[in-house]
Amino acid sequence: MNYTRALGLGSTLSRTTFSARTAVHCTPLVRYAILRRSVQTQSIKPDEASVILNTQRLARPSSPHFTIYQPQLTWIGSIANRITGAGLSLLLYGFSLAYLLAPSTFSSANVIEFAAGQPEWVKLAEKTILAAPFAFHSLNGLRHLAWDTGKFLTLKGAYRTGYAVLGASAITTVALVLL
Amino acid sequence: MSTMLSILARSSPRHLPPPTVILRSFSSSAATQQAVPTESKALNKEFKIYRWNPDEPQKSPELQSYTINLNDCGPMILDALIKIKNEVDPTLTFRRSCREGICGSCAMNIDGQNTLACLCRIDRSENKDTKIYPLPHMYVVKDLVPDLTLFYKQYKSIEPYLQNDNPPAHGEFLQSPEDRKKLDGLYECILCACCSTSCPSYWWNQDEYLGPATLMQAYRWIADSRDSYEAHRKEKLQNEMSLYRCHTIFNCARTCPKGLNPAAAIAQIKLHLAAD
Repeated sequence: MNYTRALGLGSTLSRTTFSARTAVHCTPLVRYAILRRSVQTQSIKPDEASVILNTQRLARPSSPHFTIYQPQLTWIGSIANRITGAGLSLLLYGFSLAYLLAPSTFSSANVIEFAAGQPEWVKLAEKTILAAPFAFHSLNGLRHLAWDTGKFLTLKGAYRTGYAVLGASAITTVALVLL
Repeated sequence: MSTMLSILARSSPRHLPPPTVILRSFSSSAATQQAVPTESKALNKEFKIYRWNPDEPQKSPELQSYTINLNDCGPMILDALIKIKNEVDPTLTFRRSCREGICGSCAMNIDGQNTLACLCRIDRSENKDTKIYPLPHMYVVKDLVPDLTLFYKQYKSIEPYLQNDNPPAHGEFLQSPEDRKKLDGLYECILCACCSTSCPSYWWNQDEYLGPATLMQAYRWIADSRDSYEAHRKEKLQNEMSLYRCHTIFNCARTCPKGLNPAAAIAQIKLHLAAD
């Protein structure tokens, strides 16, 4: 085996040791062919192949998406815009409908009285819960208007305006809560 | 020397001189006299890779863990994948071709962000694993290989070729340098699908929404001064789903491995359509 190692044929020959007796008289090409014969392929007609493909397609899983995607200001900001928008709309329509159904219960005087009767920390919490989504959704709406006129349409622009909206929302929220 | 070897090669095995003779003729090579390289400390890094095998469809997809020595591996994620496939697990399946970011085959989700494995450096911190998934919200053919059939169909649907009923009488279509400049940042797209599969709108509506990659190419042909089908191209996008599911999220521009900006291209189409 010494000379095979020197020639750099070590691994090739060691893999063919099972057929060394037959292979030793052959040219390398034939030896290679003998090796290759152990691999078998199966020929399949086109219609049979499409059956296999279609059964596979039915079984294919969908790859994971938002659960594995890196949290980024881009899409987290977008989903926050969606959620705050839906929440504010729900509140508006919910309150309007409630007022339609029971005008006396949901009259302004009753609402003011109810709110005034709460302890101080509940008032602050309620104000924050209302003010934060309102501030963020309104200011992010302005950001979208700027985009739709063709401004800030770079990645840098998107991030700068994003952080600006977050900062401005925080300030606005504090201002509204202290009102 | 070479003649001696060829004589040896031609003579039948029975008349071969003892192997030592051949050995002597090669012993002048430096192999045996080279200094033994100093062993560097192993840098073992764990990769967790999404696995799903179509031959066992009832088995749900799972993350399989592989640990390899980074000091014995190239710098990119694709190098690690090839090393794992060559040395640890030959059943690991992924697409790759050019290994230099021009074919777009090895697009996948690495540590939560879509990118090309060949352009993504391995994070060399030992105590943090790297997770690799196929492109998000796509049907999986096997392991890291997503089914891109629909993606290519959508690209085909925007007629991505020059259309002009009045070609110049002789010679080429001419274009001013300014008009040519409008195509920069658009034509470089390699259709790796990183952007489309990073887009939440595309996740929820890919049956109808065309997605950032296709829309940027749609704009590439709308913006081309040599193309006379602008009205026709815009008309095809003038509906609720094809274009307007874009909510300017910017995941596409954030993830593009070629540094392009599909969000801006889509915004330009919206401005064009608004001016109609």
